[in-house]
Amino acid sequence: MQETDLLLMSLIIFVPTFFAVGLIFFPRGKEEAMRWWALAGTALTLGLTLCAFIDFKAKTLDKVGALYASQANPAEKNWENTVKENRARTSLAYRVEEINKRAGVAEPQPADDYVSRHPWIEPFHIEYYLGADGISMALVVMTAGLSFLAMIASWNIEKMVRGYLMLFLLLETGMLGTFFALDFFLFFIFWEVMLLPMYFLIGVWGGPRREYAAIKFFLYTLLGSAFILIALLALYFTDVRDFVGGPELAAQAPKLKEARAEVARNQGGPGRGTNYVALQAAQNQVNSFFAPIHSFDLLLLAKVGHEAALIIDQRPGNMLEQTNKQLAEAKDPELKELLEARKKRLEQPLFTRGFQYTMFLLLFIGFAIKLPMVPFHTWLPDAHVEAPTPISMILAGVLLKLGGYGILRIAYPICPWAAKDLAWYIALFGVINLVYGAFAAMAQTDFKKLVAYSSVSHMGYVILGIAVWPASNNEFWAWGMNGAMFQMLAHGVSSAGMFFMVGVIYDRAHHRNLDNFRGLYEPMPVYGGMAAIIFFAALGLPGLCGFVGEFMVVLATWNFSQAFAVLAALTVVLTAGYVLWTIQRVFMGTNPAYKNFQDMNLREIACAVPLVVFCVLLGVMPMYFVFSWMEPSVTGLVDTLFQLTSVK
Amino acid sequence: MIYRLPFFRGAELLANCDAFAPELILCAAIVLMLVLRLFASFTRVHMGYVALGSTLAALFMAVTQWTGYGQTSTPTAYQEMMQTNSLFTGLLVYDTLTVYLRIFLLAFMVMVIWLTLLTGIPDREDSADFYTLLIGSTIGMCLMASTNHLLMMFIGIEMASLPSYALAGFLKGRRRSSEAALKYVVYGGGAAGVMLYGISLLAGKFGTASLPHLAVHFATSLGQVGATGLHFDPLMILGTLFIVIGIAFKLAVVPFHFWCPDVFEGASAEVAGFLSVASKAAALALLARFALVLSGLDPNADNLPGAHWEEMRRYLIPTLAVFAIVTATFGNMAAYLQTNLKRLLAYSTIAHAGYMLMGLATVNREGTKAVLFYLVAYFLMNLGAFAIVAFLRNQTGSEDLGAFRGLVRRSPFMVVALSVCLLSLLGVPPLVGFVGKFQVFAALFDAAKGYGEKDHTLSVILYTTLVFGALNSVLSAFYYLKVMKVMILERGLEDVEGKAPTPLVMPWGDQLYAGVFSLALLGLGLYWGPLDRASAEGVERFRPEIVKAEVRPTGPPRGMTPPPGGAPTQGPGAGGGRPGGGRPGGGRPGGGGGRPGGGRPGGPGGGRPGGGPPGGGRPAPEVPENPGERPR
Repeated sequence: MQETDLLLMSLIIFVPTFFAVGLIFFPRGKEEAMRWWALAGTALTLGLTLCAFIDFKAKTLDKVGALYASQANPAEKNWENTVKENRARTSLAYRVEEINKRAGVAEPQPADDYVSRHPWIEPFHIEYYLGADGISMALVVMTAGLSFLAMIASWNIEKMVRGYLMLFLLLETGMLGTFFALDFFLFFIFWEVMLLPMYFLIGVWGGPRREYAAIKFFLYTLLGSAFILIALLALYFTDVRDFVGGPELAAQAPKLKEARAEVARNQGGPGRGTNYVALQAAQNQVNSFFAPIHSFDLLLLAKVGHEAALIIDQRPGNMLEQTNKQLAEAKDPELKELLEARKKRLEQPLFTRGFQYTMFLLLFIGFAIKLPMVPFHTWLPDAHVEAPTPISMILAGVLLKLGGYGILRIAYPICPWAAKDLAWYIALFGVINLVYGAFAAMAQTDFKKLVAYSSVSHMGYVILGIAVWPASNNEFWAWGMNGAMFQMLAHGVSSAGMFFMVGVIYDRAHHRNLDNFRGLYEPMPVYGGMAAIIFFAALGLPGLCGFVGEFMVVLATWNFSQAFAVLAALTVVLTAGYVLWTIQRVFMGTNPAYKNFQDMNLREIACAVPLVVFCVLLGVMPMYFVFSWMEPSVTGLVDTLFQLTSVK
Repeated sequence: MIYRLPFFRGAELLANCDAFAPELILCAAIVLMLVLRLFASFTRVHMGYVALGSTLAALFMAVTQWTGYGQTSTPTAYQEMMQTNSLFTGLLVYDTLTVYLRIFLLAFMVMVIWLTLLTGIPDREDSADFYTLLIGSTIGMCLMASTNHLLMMFIGIEMASLPSYALAGFLKGRRRSSEAALKYVVYGGGAAGVMLYGISLLAGKFGTASLPHLAVHFATSLGQVGATGLHFDPLMILGTLFIVIGIAFKLAVVPFHFWCPDVFEGASAEVAGFLSVASKAAALALLARFALVLSGLDPNADNLPGAHWEEMRRYLIPTLAVFAIVTATFGNMAAYLQTNLKRLLAYSTIAHAGYMLMGLATVNREGTKAVLFYLVAYFLMNLGAFAIVAFLRNQTGSEDLGAFRGLVRRSPFMVVALSVCLLSLLGVPPLVGFVGKFQVFAALFDAAKGYGEKDHTLSVILYTTLVFGALNSVLSAFYYLKVMKVMILERGLEDVEGKAPTPLVMPWGDQLYAGVFSLALLGLGLYWGPLDRASAEGVERFRPEIVKAEVRPTGPPRGMTPPPGGAPTQGPGAGGGRPGGGRPGGGRPGGGGGRPGGGRPGGPGGGRPGGGPPGGGRPAPEVPENPGERPR
């Protein structure tokens, strides 16, 4: 079988769709069977994801030791360089280069590199282009796992079960596709595919103010999509001819000369006729040296953005400078012409400050709405409060991460210059998110709203970790970036857990007012124990998953801005405040009204245990469970971006 | 085909008729239906089947024209026709745009007739009248799409409009319907009057009503300072504006849209669906042709000395862009307040006319191509929406939004299908409506970027249009989601009372129809490469032949001169100096290197490909310096 990676990734994306379509054929009234079918769909997806993950890990990442061993000369053996090389080799860009090299010789794409590109809509250069690195794989595994757990949590949905399950599965397709897509257009399609199922899942199965919450969610996200769409168009219409590879201009020049001669030969003249067919062909040949090339390829666009940053900062050795130098030396008129054309391409709007700022802000705000970043966060509390429990889990666990992923994968690599230039402001917004979210959470009396605002607060660490682009040392930034990624995963586990815990108690008490609980530990010890672990994980207690990411981000921030670091660290106190206060209000004391509450049933335990286990495991062994395979990709990204400030 | 038969060789009229065959088939169908009606034995036949059969035949002809377009193997008359691509002495154009629109309109007709057969409007008694009007209107629309002459433009518009007036009032005995029809007639009559006045102004000033000729006059006179000291001639501007207003009325562009909501609400959903798509498509094609020809979209246009094509674009782009922005924004805002589903959809069609005008506002091939693509998407989603409204009306007896409350529990399939149409109208991927919008926005961005260096103002205008387009997509979410909210999120009356909702029994034909549209919307949204290529083809061979038409004016009616052998007839812009549109007033005799008698020059000047070397053996084009002196 050729291209097992393509098959595996496509299966992961579309198995949920297949199961969603399958639901149509269930007869009315067989709700239980439908639930099992949908659960089987998510389970299969999770299984495939784990297969893909293990395969991906074996074939692309764990090569440091082998690389080190393979270096023949013992004198050259250098562990640090080996690690660095491994980072470069495992990056998506490297693997795509390998594919592009093969494209010239028409070889089939390799089956084990987890990058796969195939033309989809040729007139617009849109490709079915999937790929995975440590960043996306981590989020994909988390998504598949959370979807499976959320499906277990969906068992008590009674209203229009078929519709619910179909929308749920379509939502899963959208989420997984977004993480795998490397073509901007494809990414955008998957991004939008998530929108509608979410709207209906909140709007039909939500709480009393569900319609308001659903439309608010929809409009905010749609506005963000409109920003992203405009940025997408602007990037697409940039001529990327100089970045797609191919022969050097000096090698192209003689061929251009040849084509020109061919035109002249066919043009006719005194005594001979014009060969129109050949003339046209030759003319086309000439034009092909100058025809613009457009692309939605995210990695290619990242390359262009990288060069743009170098050009804007006028760093030595940038392409514009090289071109000017070559232009001064060139004597051949054809070469001169080609160089002139390249120079003109390098003066496109994309290579100017204003355009970089605009693009970055469009992309960043588009993704920040989803993240959500204060002041674009107001949809989140409403959506969370109204959404049914499993959908809250997905919303907090996965959808928010899409914003962070978009910033990491698209906004930063494509507009690095503006990102670096605006780093301080982005970090400021991260801190505002942290502090504001924590204070807002403290003020809530609705249990779910409290958890929602704690999400806002926790996503502040993600923004802060990404933003700390220091001028001197990329080691710290790598910590920040890794911390942000880890925080995304940890928050995916802990916030999903918290929403599930709130859902469990809501099913029994039928209200979420924090002031009216009390003494829940007595009738429900299992529930109380698990909830405590998950809440402490959110608090950031060392040894649980929340601590690792926060700690790394705060460390990195210290080297960026000490004031921000102090604020971020102090927020931990606020977080502890509202979490402990919540635990006190909900679990402590005695409450005769709730004496006869049943403890968690088997289904609920089945859903909660994995979350609790991962809260602990990620906190105790972060290296083994996450960093060992995620770190090369994240640090590789940091290394690439950092070259922009380090190259003198 | 008939021109391939040896004994017809060289018969120009027949070649023209062959290119005009789909319309002729439709004419024959009208006559047939009217005649059949006279016989008692045929009164039991529903004329819908006759109409369906003949439209399918016409569609088949049009498709063969598309696949065989430009294949000029032997027949000379056909060959000549293809080179100038003008029919009937230059009154009509026969290019890919014509054929694209023809296929579009005929395919649309097929779907409309299928719909009317399903919903039972009209009944058997009225069927002959109904389909006569429907097909007659379609012929007018086909003419609109292929017109090359102001007179033909007027005839086309009137021919499309008059049956529409009657169709709008076809539901006899309903007050709203009659009121709508009357409103339509009054507005339509007024707009036609204004347009005719504009035509007379232009024709009177320049002595010609042929579009390519007008284009040259426009381009040459725009750059000059006239006697009034203005950079433009008020008569010219006024005439053009009046014509644009006439087209804008058909397109329901704000502020000429007042008839649209009333007519769509009053007319039956089937007729509203027909009018909303077909008449808008034809008007858009007409506007595209008008704008593109006037702004010199000819590979040779730039060689014409003294012509200021850019100048024309500087007038056209802001005008169209402003119309587009206002139309889209107003349509979206007004739609939100509506409670009648048809009226809501009517405002939505106004908004979509705005989006499509945005594409035309680029006044270039890419924008027009985007509009051609958008039209197909619009056809599917809009007719789909109107059709499902008609199906639901037949079951629930109401078109009010309130009656559809909680409908998802009564007829989930129809609600899903209608939601797919509405989401496509909203432009949510992966449905084809998104792709249409994407193409329009892409064309706008491209054009704005292209003007960035040359003309800052135009660039800013186009960027603004793009931003408004994107914001409007967000704005439109309000009312499309409102409909879905009512159907899906809200609870029906029975639900509130605690009873089980009664399921609607939808006939399988209705379900099939709705399913076909939903699947087409999804399928085309996922794989739109071929349609993209087809729409690109639709404007790629759009050849107004401006310069040739002007440079070698025609003399007396064409003879049957065979073309010189060996001249390449294919290739971009191929074709020689065959005179283009004949001017009704009679051309200048033999001016400008053209040969008297209208034959093709056989020398080196003949058969110059458009993309070839500039000026290669072609006589310098002669430009009329003072149009006033021309013989009338």
